[in-house]
Amino acid sequence: MSSVLERARRIDQRFLVAAAILFAVLLPFFFDSGSPFMDDAVLALAYVVMALGLNVIVGFAGLLDLGYVAFFAIGAFTMGWLGSTFYSESNGGDGIHILVTGAASNLPGIHINFLLVLVAAVVFTTIAGVIIGLPTLRLRGDYIAIVTLAFGEIIGQVAANGDQIKIGPIWDATLGKLPLIPDLGSSATLTRGKLGISPVDKIDLPFMDPFTSLNSRPWYFVALGLVLLVLFVNVRLRDSRLGRAWLALREDEVAAISMGIPTVKTKLMAYGTGAALGGMSGAFLGSFLNTVNASQFEFLFSIFILAMVILGGLGSVWGVVIGAILLSYVNSWLIPDVLNGLPGQLGLDFDLTQVSFAIFGFILVIVMILRPEGLIPERSRKQEMHGIGAGDTAGAGTDVELGEAG
Amino acid sequence: MSAGPEKAAAPKPAPEVPIRAEGLTKKFGGLTAVSDVDLELRAGEIAAIIGPNGAGKTTFFNMLTGLYRPTSGRIRRGQRDITRARPDQITALGVARTFQNIRLFPTMTARQNVMIGRHSRMRAGIFGSIFRPPWVRNEEREVWERAAEELRFVGLKPELLDRPSTALSYGDQRRVEIARALASDPEILLLDEPTAGMDPRESGELADFVLRIREERKLSILLIEHDMKVVMGISDRVTVLDHGELIAEGDPAAVREDPKVIEAYLGRGATA
Repeated sequence: MSSVLERARRIDQRFLVAAAILFAVLLPFFFDSGSPFMDDAVLALAYVVMALGLNVIVGFAGLLDLGYVAFFAIGAFTMGWLGSTFYSESNGGDGIHILVTGAASNLPGIHINFLLVLVAAVVFTTIAGVIIGLPTLRLRGDYIAIVTLAFGEIIGQVAANGDQIKIGPIWDATLGKLPLIPDLGSSATLTRGKLGISPVDKIDLPFMDPFTSLNSRPWYFVALGLVLLVLFVNVRLRDSRLGRAWLALREDEVAAISMGIPTVKTKLMAYGTGAALGGMSGAFLGSFLNTVNASQFEFLFSIFILAMVILGGLGSVWGVVIGAILLSYVNSWLIPDVLNGLPGQLGLDFDLTQVSFAIFGFILVIVMILRPEGLIPERSRKQEMHGIGAGDTAGAGTDVELGEAG
Repeated sequence: MSAGPEKAAAPKPAPEVPIRAEGLTKKFGGLTAVSDVDLELRAGEIAAIIGPNGAGKTTFFNMLTGLYRPTSGRIRRGQRDITRARPDQITALGVARTFQNIRLFPTMTARQNVMIGRHSRMRAGIFGSIFRPPWVRNEEREVWERAAEELRFVGLKPELLDRPSTALSYGDQRRVEIARALASDPEILLLDEPTAGMDPRESGELADFVLRIREERKLSILLIEHDMKVVMGISDRVTVLDHGELIAEGDPAAVREDPKVIEAYLGRGATA
């Protein structure tokens, strides 16, 4: 009986997923490829990737990461370093070109194919995630939040002041030239601070025309591809040995440790995965937004992505997708395009975009009051929220049994 | 006194001591919870630790399983020194436990709880989990079935397998916890007050079951227990702790007559 229902529900779910993917694939054909709606859609999909990455950390493993922007930054900088004219003196001014075609292949600077940059971004962010995670993940609960918050801030400061950090001569002077590090010229710096690295190479895929900023349709499909990839990773991880271990750690860390789950290693895998996915999205956004500058990497961005995860439902893969799309559209369409003039019409002297984070905060408060488990809650969260906690049930059980015994 | 289950003969002890504590001490600030305790569990035996509340029994367990780091002393698992090992390493070395106040994962089903117990014997890592090659699928299927087997072994009704653990009765939750511990193929099973909150009939059943676990799974069992009938009925040896110190050790009958033990219990009883 219940298995029939279960099967029916699973078929239902598959149908829904297939319908959603079909909808997403067909959507661009109903809009002009240069329309603002499409630009917003690309942005929304990139945010979905980012939110699903954070979902692995916060939703699956229960680690409150307030510095997720760090992985966005590292991913975006990877794109900036390896796909722009930023290191124009590299290789004696001739530039370095790997598998690139079109305009980029004649420009100075480092220009590497987007797919390779994507891989590099994943590698860099995973390494960064492990470096931050190793000392941090020994901590519990709120302490993780504080340390990750600090780390996000540090990356932001490094991005802002990186134009003062010279990176070429150090190696020349003290270590000689390392074969793996190309000659970047004498004035190479880590970042370009607030000015930003711009322009950034457009995505350049085999068998496709080089992307342009006028036609957002190809961008949309690349972003959709990333979303599907990350969805796959999320779903597979959720229903695996690791996913189970994360859930166990979240529910009762002491019991989980005692049952043989290595805490730091298991949490590190969540953190590293989340970092890698954030880096992927970061590299994509670096190219799509055509700039990598310090003002992109602020604390509020971490909160923005976290809000998507919480709104959709912590740990709920489909909830997070919905949450990310909703907040992304609120941010890039509803507030600036639709409601921006509202305060002015009411005789107030500000634009709505100036208070957009107050609006996100307001949305979150409303959600917390009306539906604390998120829009599409994950099963276990729903149970937690409705007060079927471990402690009190076990305790209540004891009392009842004792009562009966006595 | 004869109401307890019949004592089964312990299998012949192997030369190697499965787990041994040497001068184990744990201090919390000024409080000495466990003080210089020597204890060994011999292969195939059922040993009990008894003592009044606050005697340091659970603290002792927490040190054996790596949750607490001893202030001084050593713990040996066979030839290995596991004093500073992490809990997951100790589990991998074949030591499993249950908790005094049941600690099942509340939103997981009975089966999922037991699957967690199998974690240390599984291999699927991050890439295995994402790409799910055939060996990972097999591993998952085996663990899925193994969990059901363990739950059948502890006597959980099959229709309760996929119920959330919190929906189970107290007695069933105890069973699931034991199944979860057994899923890691332990050689040593530590049971922290397995009969807490049970009526005499249930306690008797559980005592019989502990004997059966030893027979069928060939393990050594160390249990903390308050129910004297259970302790006297199934243990080969009894260790008594009071105020963190070992005050008596030996044959259950001899320990029961020990004046220090009587004083520890009755002295407490008189002032209570």
